[in-house]
Amino acid sequence: MLGSKAGTQILDGNHAAAVGAKLSRVQVIAAYPITPQSPVTEKLSEYVEGGNLKAEYVAVESEHSALAVCSSASLVGARTFTASSSHGLAYMHEMLHWVAGTRLPVILACVNRAIGAPWNVLNDQQDSISQRDTGWIQIYARTNQEILDSVIQAYKIAETVYVPVMVCYDGYILSHTEMPVDVPSPRDVDSFLPPYKPHTILDPANPRNYNLVTLANPRVNAEGVLCHGYMEIRYLLQEALQNAGETIASVGREFGGLFGRSYASMLWEYSLDDAEIVIVAMGSLAMEAIVAADTLRDEGHRVGVLGLRVFRPFPKSDVVTALKKARLVVVFDKNISYGSEGATCSEIKSALYGSGANAVIRNFVVGLGGRDIKARELAGAVNKSLPALKEGVLNDEYPEWICHI
Amino acid sequence: MTSTTKVEERTLDSLLRLDRLPHIWCPGCGIGPAVGCFIRAVEDSGLNPDKIALVSGIGCTGRVAGYVKLDSFHTTHGRALPFATGLNLGNPDLNVVVFSGDGDLLAIGGNHLIHAARRNMDMTIICLNNFNYGMTGGQMGPTTPLDARSNTSPYGNIEYPFNVPYLVAASGATYVARWTVLHARQLEWSIAEAMIKPGFSFIEVLGPCPTLYGRMNKQPKGMDTMHHYQEKSVVKNGADPKDVGITAEGPIVVGKFVDIERPTFWEQCKLVIDRAQAKKNE
Repeated sequence: MLGSKAGTQILDGNHAAAVGAKLSRVQVIAAYPITPQSPVTEKLSEYVEGGNLKAEYVAVESEHSALAVCSSASLVGARTFTASSSHGLAYMHEMLHWVAGTRLPVILACVNRAIGAPWNVLNDQQDSISQRDTGWIQIYARTNQEILDSVIQAYKIAETVYVPVMVCYDGYILSHTEMPVDVPSPRDVDSFLPPYKPHTILDPANPRNYNLVTLANPRVNAEGVLCHGYMEIRYLLQEALQNAGETIASVGREFGGLFGRSYASMLWEYSLDDAEIVIVAMGSLAMEAIVAADTLRDEGHRVGVLGLRVFRPFPKSDVVTALKKARLVVVFDKNISYGSEGATCSEIKSALYGSGANAVIRNFVVGLGGRDIKARELAGAVNKSLPALKEGVLNDEYPEWICHI
Repeated sequence: MTSTTKVEERTLDSLLRLDRLPHIWCPGCGIGPAVGCFIRAVEDSGLNPDKIALVSGIGCTGRVAGYVKLDSFHTTHGRALPFATGLNLGNPDLNVVVFSGDGDLLAIGGNHLIHAARRNMDMTIICLNNFNYGMTGGQMGPTTPLDARSNTSPYGNIEYPFNVPYLVAASGATYVARWTVLHARQLEWSIAEAMIKPGFSFIEVLGPCPTLYGRMNKQPKGMDTMHHYQEKSVVKNGADPKDVGITAEGPIVVGKFVDIERPTFWEQCKLVIDRAQAKKNE
């Protein structure tokens, strides 16, 4: 069957995500259709019903239920997968908190799409950025190869640190665009990703209660053991995310050793060695930025690109190292935190504070609701930011928008 | 001498936003004919269009709100009924119509449907049932007949579907009917009757989806499904809703199944306010 043979295949992003889940031998899939995610679920239901993937596929009645099914399936020891976009992800919001709070290694493919009102089915990253504070690890793919590889790695990461992982990729730009993708053999993936061994499991032989009402302060249980209060449990989730960077890097390195594509860094770097101007972007926009950087180099500027592969946990120290030599940092965001600025720009500024870096930072909001963003527009924004370098005004209060207002 | 039959000319233009046309529906889709029946029903009913508000959810049928020249509201997925409830209670003089699909009203919005019926909200629901999620590409949903194929049940659906009239009747709807878009006249009259009648009126409208559901179930053209309706439909007004469940092969029982009286939510509200006021004045 197409998509299951090892070797190079021409796959769109949704197909790559489905193949990634299949190779990860997921056992329970629950999903609700939404544009542009739907083909992921169609592929997986085809694998399951055709007998090519030993899993249960549950065609639930809403996204909220999809994540509820994954949550409980994970709790009884199954490897689970779901996918959504935009309003579907927003509708999952409650369950996103619930899954992370329960420390379940659920994997969700988020096919990035704008959020209404007004209605729009095209790409930006407002949906996953809106879920930033739910306690999920967020990985952003630049290509269809990275989608497939990230899904497989996501299971290893999640099942090591017990934090769910959202693999995000741009709707249409990746989800519906075909590219050559190197599909690893099931045997190689099996050697990389052993079957899921749950750290905790609902078992009639050893009954437990999960997610009871938990008071603010630690409390002694019926057996006389002092148990964590709500705040300690929250602290442990934060600690898990703080430390997840090491696991993400080591899993990426191991993946590279086996499959020849290394993901040892939480960032993607392009021509940073001598760059005094750095373009920062996330997802497929980071690829577009490479074209812009090359154009600007042809014009005589020393420009590099910093792509954010992992947004949560945010790789603060890596960003500081990568931007150490930069004099101008131009951050492009396909999202906006209304009343403030693009979410990744805030992160960059926060990471650089107190690091000794003195770069001028400019932020541009681009590509909302599928607005096409061309490499020459990215280059234009960099050129527009050059005077700021001479003036030495480090920061603008608000971002500029590349739109017709 | 040859006699000529004068065909009554009824244009739908008055209540359509012509600047939004052409519409997005596929050739052979059942939504267009259902919208035609609705517009003629508005004319038949004698209701003032300025006092009608139309609410849609998400999906192909959700697009109806954008094409009608009425106050209309295109809402989020599954939430047409809560939006409509707000409209109805904010302005009880409005005649509120919800025009949405089976996926929207019965899957993600299923909870709102049973509760709006239970409260007997004064509104008319036109539920276009094409047995699948059309907008997202033909996935199965809670109305997909057993064994029918879809993009997420490529080897046949293993789930039993809702018997929709039975569900809404049991939930408390005071008017329940089902027609196919082939039954254009009956559908038109039924919508007019439902709009005039106070309380929760529900009309299930079966319509072809040749691009997706039809193509996967041996009805690749809209006309194939219309022929299927012609062959399999049985008009049984007053049929017990529990007996009108749909299977892939038919029969399709159509007609008006429920037409009863029960106080609406707003009438109950007024009653309790009057009672409280009377007590205060004692």
